[in-house]
Amino acid sequence: MSKVKKGVRLENISKIYLDPKTKKAFKAVDNINLTIAPGEFVTLLGPSGCGKTTTLRMIAGFESPDEGEIYLGDTPINALTPNMRDTAMVFQSYALFPHMTIFDNVAYGLKLRKLPKNEIRQKVFDMLDLVGLEGMENRYTNQLSGGQQQRVALARALVVEPGVLLFDEPLSNLDAKLRVQMRTEIRRIQQALGITAIYVTHDQSEAMAISDNIILMKKGVIAQMGTPTEIYYHPNSEFVADFIGECNFLKGPISKVGTGEACVNITGVDVPVATDKAVKVGDEGEIVLRPEAIVIGDTGLLPCKVELSCFMGSYQNYHVRVGDTLVKITDNCPISKKVFNVGDSACISFDKICAHLL
Amino acid sequence: MANAKSKALDRKKFFGDPILVIAILVIMLFLLLFIVYPLWTVTIQSFSRGETEMIAEVKEAGEWFTKQAALVEDGSADAFAALGGKITAYYKEYNKARKNNDKVIAARDEMDAAMTALDDGQAAAFVESVNAAGGAITAEDISSRIAAVQADESKLGKFALSFDVYASLFQNATFMRIVRNTLQLGLITGFFSTLIGFIFAYVDMYTRTKFNGMFRVISVLPIVSPPFVLTLSAIMVFGKRGLITRHLLGMMNANIQGLHGLVMVQTMTFFPVTYLMLKGLLANIDPSLEESARDMGASRWKVFTTVTLPLLLPGIGNAFLVAFIEAVADFTNPVMIGGDYTTLAEHIYFQYSLQSDPRGPAAMAVILLVITIILFMLEKYWLERKSVATLSGKASRMRQPITEKSVTIPLVTFCMLISVFVIGMYALIPLGGLFQQWGRKFNLVTTHFKTVLSMGMAPFRDALILSLIAAPITALLSMMIAYLVVKRKFVGKGFMEFVTMFAMAVPGTVLGIALLRGYITGLFGTGFLALVGTGTIIVIAFVVRSLPIGTRSGVAALRQIDKSIEESAYDMGASSGKVFTSVTLPLIKDSFFSGLVTTFARSITATSAVIFLISARFNLITPQIMTVVDRGEYSVACAYATMMMIMVYGAIGIMNLCLNLFGTSRRQKRAEKKEALA
Repeated sequence: MSKVKKGVRLENISKIYLDPKTKKAFKAVDNINLTIAPGEFVTLLGPSGCGKTTTLRMIAGFESPDEGEIYLGDTPINALTPNMRDTAMVFQSYALFPHMTIFDNVAYGLKLRKLPKNEIRQKVFDMLDLVGLEGMENRYTNQLSGGQQQRVALARALVVEPGVLLFDEPLSNLDAKLRVQMRTEIRRIQQALGITAIYVTHDQSEAMAISDNIILMKKGVIAQMGTPTEIYYHPNSEFVADFIGECNFLKGPISKVGTGEACVNITGVDVPVATDKAVKVGDEGEIVLRPEAIVIGDTGLLPCKVELSCFMGSYQNYHVRVGDTLVKITDNCPISKKVFNVGDSACISFDKICAHLL
Repeated sequence: MANAKSKALDRKKFFGDPILVIAILVIMLFLLLFIVYPLWTVTIQSFSRGETEMIAEVKEAGEWFTKQAALVEDGSADAFAALGGKITAYYKEYNKARKNNDKVIAARDEMDAAMTALDDGQAAAFVESVNAAGGAITAEDISSRIAAVQADESKLGKFALSFDVYASLFQNATFMRIVRNTLQLGLITGFFSTLIGFIFAYVDMYTRTKFNGMFRVISVLPIVSPPFVLTLSAIMVFGKRGLITRHLLGMMNANIQGLHGLVMVQTMTFFPVTYLMLKGLLANIDPSLEESARDMGASRWKVFTTVTLPLLLPGIGNAFLVAFIEAVADFTNPVMIGGDYTTLAEHIYFQYSLQSDPRGPAAMAVILLVITIILFMLEKYWLERKSVATLSGKASRMRQPITEKSVTIPLVTFCMLISVFVIGMYALIPLGGLFQQWGRKFNLVTTHFKTVLSMGMAPFRDALILSLIAAPITALLSMMIAYLVVKRKFVGKGFMEFVTMFAMAVPGTVLGIALLRGYITGLFGTGFLALVGTGTIIVIAFVVRSLPIGTRSGVAALRQIDKSIEESAYDMGASSGKVFTSVTLPLIKDSFFSGLVTTFARSITATSAVIFLISARFNLITPQIMTVVDRGEYSVACAYATMMMIMVYGAIGIMNLCLNLFGTSRRQKRAEKKEALA
């Protein structure tokens, strides 16, 4: 890619909508600060209505911010119309032009840029090769499968060599298997071209698989920002922990504080957890625990009662009761282990490294 | 405002797009100039103070002075002779313009000068010499006339609110009877059109027969045929010398003229509209609703009365109102077959050509407009919403057709009979043109076509040219309005949408009189854009008449298109003009072409609006046909109508051909076929 890749900076961005009925203002996006480095793949993740799509559309120029300034590279772009911005977007519905062939779809942006014909041809064919659609250039969009249409949409956005590539839930219309395949593909192409990409999704596994950094949003504000690992193992709130993957929460007072670890008293047992937070004895503690980090056995840290035991193929799914708290456990490869039945008494244990203190 | 900044940015982006801004301005200007302004002018005129009496007073004064001065032979009366001349000159100028333009003001100033130049001595001498010459006048006669003229000239040409036209209209028994006639006709035609349309829709959706294809023909015939074709054949079949009444039944005094004939013809013309509306709604009823009622033990009839009918009720009301509006606004049929049964639309036209005071017809037009707008508002903002609310969603799967013979046979037979009858009525027109004298000599001749041709091709040429100009303008304009209304946000969007849809409720007669009154002396009487008598105003009338229909079909087409398709073109770097031409327009090409054809067909067959606007320079076919019918020359009228239908069908054929050649759908289909073969 010959062009300089660009970073994106959002400074104190807010977007206010007026409720059409009550005329009350509410902030769809609330004072977001964000710096995306050139070549980085960033995902805006969050439940519906969290402001992620609005943020993306503000970067594209379809919406205007009410506060703050958006920079593309070092240029403020607030007042630019979408067609004047160096961005290209891949839409959820693909938004292919049904009256054009695949070739014409991909060539559309290049024709607007008045490139010479043979150069357009060359670029389009190169791009179709890259996305794996060689030989399809004369078809119409309705002759393609969903995955192929998605590739065309990607090719069409990439071929204009945008400073930033924007994705608005591009895979949500595909079936589960294809989704996994396409996200690998998108990541591969992004890495190959080194292009800056901003990706909106509500699917946390997609976000984990594809991004360098995840920005988790909630009600218009950034809940947490970080690499997938950071967000998964060190969520900063119950919301983040719960949104990313399955999660158990064990609550109790902090009973001991050591260096790099603390103990939380759960149903009378001191449960050790690794933390570098400044906590003191007597504070309310909450342990975040992933289901796959828990080991169930006849002996262990915390006694429990099995309430659900369900064979899922690659793992056994348990719901156990620890005190008043329901704890979900996924026990991998159950055939090699003892399987507990509903009503059995058991014990759970886990490595303190796997637990995280909120 | 909390979101002031984003609004400011949006504005900046908006004005950074000159093509979009210009397009919006042009459309706004068009709507203001040719819909809002003319209707406003008519309304204002209907509420203005009457000038007839004042004008008559001035005229009388002028004549009086001239007459008295003529009695005197010596020079003592010259000043008064001159005054009489000046007053008459002022009267003539004012009566021509009906407002204070430069010429009127010049004449008035001269008259004023002549009046102030007089003194009492001159008046006394004048009275003396007139009486000496055998007259009988007093000084009082002179001063009272001058005072009256002075009082009138200060009022003439100035607006003053007055309800006297309305007051006299509402006290006029004839007029009130005409209003009642109009509403009665609307009710009856609305009822029958809805009933027959509903039966057709039901049979079409619930049974499967070989005749379903015929329904399609029925549904398009009235759209592409001149509005009076059915009237013409009704007269020829059921009239005094009608095929059935006279020749089959031997009736000597059959009379089709009047309410019964009018209802028959209007029902035949308008039921296809209700049929299409109700068919669309029936298609949206999920068959499983009816099946579950059947499953719980309801009979067919019970299902119909407890499920289908209640679901459809708002839609039926809606269809009724649409037929009602059409019937009330109809002009041609009442003129030709109404007989003594006068309706408002035709009354306006005849009063306009009879009366010198335009305020009466203007007030009648306002009353007609108010009637149709109330109906339209009911339809649009109340029933349409309600019917969408009850019938959202698509049918989940195909409906099992009704097979019980006890249900299908009577219904299908009924529809068959109506269809055959209607198609027969249409087919009669070309035949009628070929018989020597309808009702007397049924031998085939070509004389009538020759007569038409010998009367000159000018009406054909004019109608063709003007319609060909109007069609692309309307198609493009309506697609642009549809695009702006559906896909864009801007100040005045609500206004644009409202005015365009509002134009649908304006009867042709009202539009015709409004354009005439609005432009007879130019925009606001300034002489600028004095379009009456030009072809331009006829084209404008065509455009305004068809614009709402084109826009509605464009809006429907655009709502189907995902907004991100245009956004992606925009995002890729296309300006809004480019987005419209390279993406939007190709995607709604079918709608565009149908707008083109519909406008052409409607324009070439248009009567009500243009009858006010035709001139010596531009005559059209439809008024010609009305003249011929008025003279009782039905065969010639048939010849005219036949040639007109050939033109319309020919145009539709050519446009379909174009659509097949240039439409993307075919290219896509071809590609698909190749794919399937490979």
